[in-house]
Amino acid sequence: MDALKQELKENIIEQLNLEEFTVEDIDNDDALFGDGLGLDSIDALELIVMLDKDYGIKLTDPEKSKEIFQSINVLAAYITEHRTK
Amino acid sequence: MQNGTVICNGKEIVSADNEQGFSEFAKRVYKNQQWEYPKFFKMDRLSKLTFLTAEILLKELTISSEVKEQLAVVLSNKSASLDTDRKYQDSINSIENFYPSPAVFVYTLPNIGMGEVCIRHKIQGENAFFVFDDFNPLFLKHYAESLAQNNKATQVLCGWTEIDEKGYNSFLYLASPNGTLPHTEETIKKLYTQS
Repeated sequence: MDALKQELKENIIEQLNLEEFTVEDIDNDDALFGDGLGLDSIDALELIVMLDKDYGIKLTDPEKSKEIFQSINVLAAYITEHRTK
Repeated sequence: MQNGTVICNGKEIVSADNEQGFSEFAKRVYKNQQWEYPKFFKMDRLSKLTFLTAEILLKELTISSEVKEQLAVVLSNKSASLDTDRKYQDSINSIENFYPSPAVFVYTLPNIGMGEVCIRHKIQGENAFFVFDDFNPLFLKHYAESLAQNNKATQVLCGWTEIDEKGYNSFLYLASPNGTLPHTEETIKKLYTQS
């Protein structure tokens, strides 16, 4: 699970172009949206594509994405349970 | 801004190795100016070029926030958003690897960079983006003056921001009733050529 969290942080920084952040800057419980990393709605869509591409998880319910993008901890737990690749 | 050099009002702001790619150069300019605007890193190449050029020019000018709010923006180029259109096309070419990127898609219009400038500076005036084969000073002159004559704007940020596989160049100027140079085709052309 720790390796997945590390991988998620690296992918989020790279794919969302968070140039000002390093992996060490992101705590596992930090809010990804709002006051945390300050991600926006386009970032949310990008994360949905990332889940599909990297882990074979298709999200169709926007409410569900709001729930699982809370933090790295929540996202990693969801991926572990639902990943198909 | 072109070939690794940024010049504003005749003064060199940044100069770098011409062999450096645009993305590296844009990052260098951003760091050099010590701006804090993380959204910059999310922009596509055309928006970065437009944003950096406007940012440097607007910093040089003394415009009140009220006037800035009413500022009109009229930009142009040759390749529209083809640079990013190609990148997006690459992400949807293969049915087996079909993962269109929303973050790339939102930049598949040439006027998005103009929007980034307007958001940053709270500009709410008229704006338009035109595509020409070449830099067209006469059109910019007529369009800016038409906005002024029709009371749509008192000051107009005009210019050209072009990027494609071969290179990049941008040139912006402010058309204003307080300007020190005549707003003629010849003057605009001369400034563009010198830049």
